[in-house]
Amino acid sequence: MAGPPSNFQHVYRVAGLFAVGLAAFIVVRWALVPADFGVYGFYRAGALADARAIPVKYGGQAACLDCHSEVEESRKGVRHEKIRCEACHGPLAGHAAGSDDTKPQALNPRLLCLQCHTQLQGKPSVLPQIVPADHGGDGPCTECHKPHRPTIQGNRP
Amino acid sequence: MDQDRRAFLTDTGRFIVLTGAAALAWDYGVAGQATSPPDYDAHAHWWGMLIDIDKCIGCGNCVRACKAENDVLNEPGCFRTWVERYQVDPLDLEHPTVDSPNGAYDGFTEIDRPGGGVKVFFVPKMCNHCAHSPCVQVCPVGATFESPDGVVLVDKDRCLGCRYCVQACPYGCRYIDPRTHTADKCTLCYHRITKGLTTACCEACPTGARQLVDLKNPKDPVHEFIRTHKIHVLKPQLATGAKLYYNALDGSVR
Amino acid sequence: MQGVEGFIYPNEVELQWSVLIVLYPFLTGLVAGAFILASLERVFNVVAVRPTYRLALLTALAFLLVAPLPLQMHLGHPERSFSMYLTPHRESAMAMFGFVYLWYLMAVLVLEIWFDYRKDLVLTWRASTGLKKRLYGALTLWSDNISDEALRIDDRIGRFITIVGIPSAFLLHGYVGFIFGSVKANPWWSTPLMPVVFLFSAIVSGIAAVMLLYMALSAMRRVRVDMRCLDTIARYLFFAFLIDFSLEMLDLIHRLYEADESLRALDFMVKTRLFVSQIVVQIFLGTLLPIALLGIAQLRRVGDRGRRWIYACSGVLTLIGILAMRWNVVIGGQLFSKSFLGYTTYKLEFATREGLLPAIVIMILPFLILAVLLRLLPPWGEQREANV
Repeated sequence: MAGPPSNFQHVYRVAGLFAVGLAAFIVVRWALVPADFGVYGFYRAGALADARAIPVKYGGQAACLDCHSEVEESRKGVRHEKIRCEACHGPLAGHAAGSDDTKPQALNPRLLCLQCHTQLQGKPSVLPQIVPADHGGDGPCTECHKPHRPTIQGNRP
Repeated sequence: MDQDRRAFLTDTGRFIVLTGAAALAWDYGVAGQATSPPDYDAHAHWWGMLIDIDKCIGCGNCVRACKAENDVLNEPGCFRTWVERYQVDPLDLEHPTVDSPNGAYDGFTEIDRPGGGVKVFFVPKMCNHCAHSPCVQVCPVGATFESPDGVVLVDKDRCLGCRYCVQACPYGCRYIDPRTHTADKCTLCYHRITKGLTTACCEACPTGARQLVDLKNPKDPVHEFIRTHKIHVLKPQLATGAKLYYNALDGSVR
Repeated sequence: MQGVEGFIYPNEVELQWSVLIVLYPFLTGLVAGAFILASLERVFNVVAVRPTYRLALLTALAFLLVAPLPLQMHLGHPERSFSMYLTPHRESAMAMFGFVYLWYLMAVLVLEIWFDYRKDLVLTWRASTGLKKRLYGALTLWSDNISDEALRIDDRIGRFITIVGIPSAFLLHGYVGFIFGSVKANPWWSTPLMPVVFLFSAIVSGIAAVMLLYMALSAMRRVRVDMRCLDTIARYLFFAFLIDFSLEMLDLIHRLYEADESLRALDFMVKTRLFVSQIVVQIFLGTLLPIALLGIAQLRRVGDRGRRWIYACSGVLTLIGILAMRWNVVIGGQLFSKSFLGYTTYKLEFATREGLLPAIVIMILPFLILAVLLRLLPPWGEQREANV
């Protein structure tokens, strides 16, 4: 190679360096972006499947009534009728699916019933409310009230 | 005779091998179907939720159920849903007294009797699954998004934990999960509603104050309710397209 | 609950953006401001500030190199931050960060420094031996043409880069203001003035920083400062400050006048939780006092020594004031609840990932890097000759 270096030699070199950097970036980007990104929108489509894959803990009322169908009958026309099973009995999808590990826990009436029925301002008046200290002593509510048929005979329905 | 035996062995061999191969291929094929199981078409649904303030009794069952179902940390600052209690003097809507003890995880305790005329009610809150969500807009990497059926979700594998979405949400429904260091929030129990179940909070609500609604299903009874009653959303002036509809929402609710 | 007053949404109890996010706009602000000062000479031919030209560029580089550090330490998953280059969400202002930063660092700052220093790098390469020779050889990309024509080319390219660099510097820091200004959920942040206020306070802080560094380094080198240079810089600082202050007052007056629902919450916050940092530090000590001092230097006859004292004090107060402004925007914007019914507090810890200790280290680091850069790329004649 003869002659002095071009006056632009250094410009070409630094431009070349930048071009190499850009090319490297394009290659890396092509390699690293997941294939299912952008299918439905600006996100990884697999995230939908991830969101669906979480195990269910509350089985849903239909799952309970599959085996305990008589309860539905016995709760017809009763004030607690619209309350779904697991609202009181807790998450029982495992139990409904036949797993022996998830057994329905024994419920503590004073804790459970009073969550809704303790008198509190702001609760609508159609909801029967009591002041626990003034009603029925310290015993469990189930002494007088059956949760699946809570109205005591003789009281208003 | 030899020919028959050989044919028999060949046929049997083929049968065994092909069945095995078919079984493997089946597993492989099923494993590849990650995103759309044949029985759920995301484009046929548009999910929202209706909350009826007149029916909420502040029992906190929804808060407990959500934490149980979604394995949410039982710690301050980690609420996918919570209930607020408002005490409002009707002559002063701009200054309500509001509280939410531990998000109402243990319900509420009685307040001292306020002066006459103050009304008290409960307001459950959660992610509004906005159709024009500001949190989706600001995510720098596409880690939070709205699904084709209208549910705003977080991709835990891509979230950087930059917290921009938490800042952008006007309703305070997002937080950072201290275990994964990513954004977290109500998913509308996506793993349940895509299987035909309702959300855990709706399942546990004893009064029917919370009800899931499919806005693309004209036969949905909740959809009918929304069409025939006066419905509100929170902060409508921000035009977020919120899909959390409130019935009987008071003007003082922030 | 501890530290909470009134009602906040349950998830708001902890602040999302910490002191590290206060530092980031402060650092990029210094970068943008220093660069604007450098461009005064290169593009607008303000010859008086020539002595600080190279120092301003090196200062900008030192702070720019440290700028991503507070962000990385804040992220829940810093190892995923490269995703901003892979899948940048074009609707998000924050997604611009990666590209704006890279553009400004490589295509503007590094290139401009390289083209300006090239002759000196080649001379040093020729004159040194061993490891130093190899280092400088690499820095020149092994091209040692410093003929007049080549240098003329360098000068033209450098000028072009600076012209492109001015809007780039505006973009580098303006988008940070837009990140805050575009959050409609937060009325303390949400205003179209936010990017403009950020930019002008950046210019103010950058000019003040270079001015202070020039005075400090001159004292360390036992060289007399060029008073004409210093006076010119101080004049630009004064006028930039007036514009910055007017913009901030405009924002405040507008808020007070319109008095929408958020005002009550903000007003109470400023009078209590933000009183010291906003009223005392930012407005009084950090803005009014330096403006008054600089005004005295501009309008009255003050001797050289007196002016140097005024400039030094104003410079320090300015930097404190601009840091306080970042604090008041970032932290202040998170102290009140989005329900406008309550407030929380910021618990600044010391030796945690986002605590005071890393913040102090991050503030010191640019000066260490600058010290290295000053040795590698000496800005002033005498030092250059001493190396050769």
